[in-house]
Amino acid sequence: MLKIKDLSVSVEGKEIIHDINLTINTGETHVLFGPNGAGKSTLLMAIMGFPKYKITKGSIHFKGKDITRLNVDERARMGIGMSFQRPPVVRGVKTRDMVAACLKNDGDSEEITKLAERADLQDFLERDINYGFSGGEIKRSELMQLMAQKPELTLMDEPESGVDLVNIALIGEMMNELLEKNCPIAERKCMGLIITHTGHILDYVNARTGYVMCDGTIGCVGDPHEMLATIREKGYNECIKCYLGRLPLHE
Amino acid sequence: MSDFKTSKNIKDKAKAAAAKQAAYGDDINIGNYEVAGDKLPYKEDPTQLDQKTKAKMLEAGIILDDPSQRSGTYIQMDSTPVHFTAKQEGVEIMPVSQALDKYDWVGDYFWKAQAVDADKYTANVELSDNDGYFIRSLKGQKTVYPVQACLFLKKPKAVQNVHNIIIAEEDSELHIITGCATSNSNEPGLHLGVSEFFIKKNAKVTFTMIHSWNPSIAVRPRTTTVIEDGGLFLSNYLLMKPVSNLQMNPAAYCVGENATVRFNSILVAAKDTNLDIGSRVFLNSPKSRTEIISRAITTGGKIVARGYIEGNAPDVKGHLECRGLILEEKGIIHAIPELKGSLAGIDLSHEAAVGKIAEEEVEYLMSRGLTRDQATAAIVRGFLRVDVEGLPPLLNAEFQKAVEASEKEVM
Repeated sequence: MLKIKDLSVSVEGKEIIHDINLTINTGETHVLFGPNGAGKSTLLMAIMGFPKYKITKGSIHFKGKDITRLNVDERARMGIGMSFQRPPVVRGVKTRDMVAACLKNDGDSEEITKLAERADLQDFLERDINYGFSGGEIKRSELMQLMAQKPELTLMDEPESGVDLVNIALIGEMMNELLEKNCPIAERKCMGLIITHTGHILDYVNARTGYVMCDGTIGCVGDPHEMLATIREKGYNECIKCYLGRLPLHE
Repeated sequence: MSDFKTSKNIKDKAKAAAAKQAAYGDDINIGNYEVAGDKLPYKEDPTQLDQKTKAKMLEAGIILDDPSQRSGTYIQMDSTPVHFTAKQEGVEIMPVSQALDKYDWVGDYFWKAQAVDADKYTANVELSDNDGYFIRSLKGQKTVYPVQACLFLKKPKAVQNVHNIIIAEEDSELHIITGCATSNSNEPGLHLGVSEFFIKKNAKVTFTMIHSWNPSIAVRPRTTTVIEDGGLFLSNYLLMKPVSNLQMNPAAYCVGENATVRFNSILVAAKDTNLDIGSRVFLNSPKSRTEIISRAITTGGKIVARGYIEGNAPDVKGHLECRGLILEEKGIIHAIPELKGSLAGIDLSHEAAVGKIAEEEVEYLMSRGLTRDQATAAIVRGFLRVDVEGLPPLLNAEFQKAVEASEKEVM
């Protein structure tokens, strides 16, 4: 279980996220909607533990442990993994090295080859990680690394952005595998928190709960498919209006 | 040997340049070093050298105990060739002094590529007692295993004068590993090494040079290569061990159509190491091409990393990549990439970057479960990994092994 309580996060001295509460039970996948600048990526980066994203208030508990002060690598080893929207290029570090690092036993080359085949990235293993990769190749590479890492909580920052229609189905399949969507609900151990700007990924990956983030807070919680229908029909402006209308008057 | 090998004209030029400072690098007072005049005995069997010496040579890529993967060996200590053998037909390995006796044309190659009056170091080599290796692959001969050549500084506080001549005749293929090392862990010394490469039509030479000096040694190599039609010169240079002061700026002249040159350098400067290292390529013939790649890391020392490509003929292509990584606050890297074109239709480019390890990259690797130290090590290892196009797999593996062997000193 991931339990976020009263969480506020600052970046370079400016508070971006204010008093967020969110709980993902074991086996559940949740979705974050929201306009650009709402704080969605900041929330994911703070859960992953990147030092630039300073937790100024509140706490994060994962699998019953307080991880609020843990480093990013400690959180990764506890079972949190992240698919980056724009990961950095690391020259000289091969994609193969990254997959090997993600495999807990460093992996044998057969295992790495299998994962590359799954992600349709066989020709990318000897290339520098993310160097000259297209948008879709980056997403598949991120998911391939996560499939090697096998996290219990997968954080995904816009896994479908920049992906063409042919590849989005493959991305969806990989995500479903990561999130154990093919297992009966009661047997699932993996959790997911997915940022989606367009909602396209919901055509491929089922999610139980959705949130709309506005101005660094969670504006509303509900069924993600219903939310998406409203957002598609009325846009985020309507969500913001609705959210503002529900705020107490003194704010 | 220096008395008879060259003409009076060359001697006069050398004398005139005896005090000429080099264009780059700190000025070294050659007079501070003793003459390494004592002749050392010839070693019929180099495996009989003492363990410490062999270990020092091994650090520079010279394998004496199991030379099955070498097509020949040359060892020079100070100014004396102490061993030379050629194991493959069609490859000649001997001291230049002996080559001058054997062939009357060898003298014509002396100072043909490299100017004797370039600076006081070239002049000193000519004016002093010197020797060096003569390595030649005969027409059409292709070596599988590399020739290994060791230039070893034995006498403390001495100057070693070396003059090498390398000739790859037409359609031949020659691989050379040169390892430079010293027996002393901290005694000063000065290595002056002139190397002249002649790569004839459609010949291929790979030249891997590994330097393993000590923190008190000064080094001034002077290398020039001439490449004819369809020829290839591939130079790999590895300097990861401490040295006091090293300056070199080897030049390659493409004089034949479709000539190709690649320079790869991996440089590490520890505290108190001062390096000024570049590569120059002159694309003087149509369709000649080059790639210069350098990777420089400072852990407290100073590195000037130069690169120069000049395009003087139609349809030439050149690219220069110079990347520097500063791992300690006090380290300095000064990258100076230069391009000069003298006609339309040429294609020259460069990229240079100097900085510390990007925190974003470290954190990306940490998010996959690596500790900060593991992530940093992986990035440094990646930085030092240069895939050398055209290098045979055996040599490439040895080169990577040499890099890995020195990595821990960088971390």
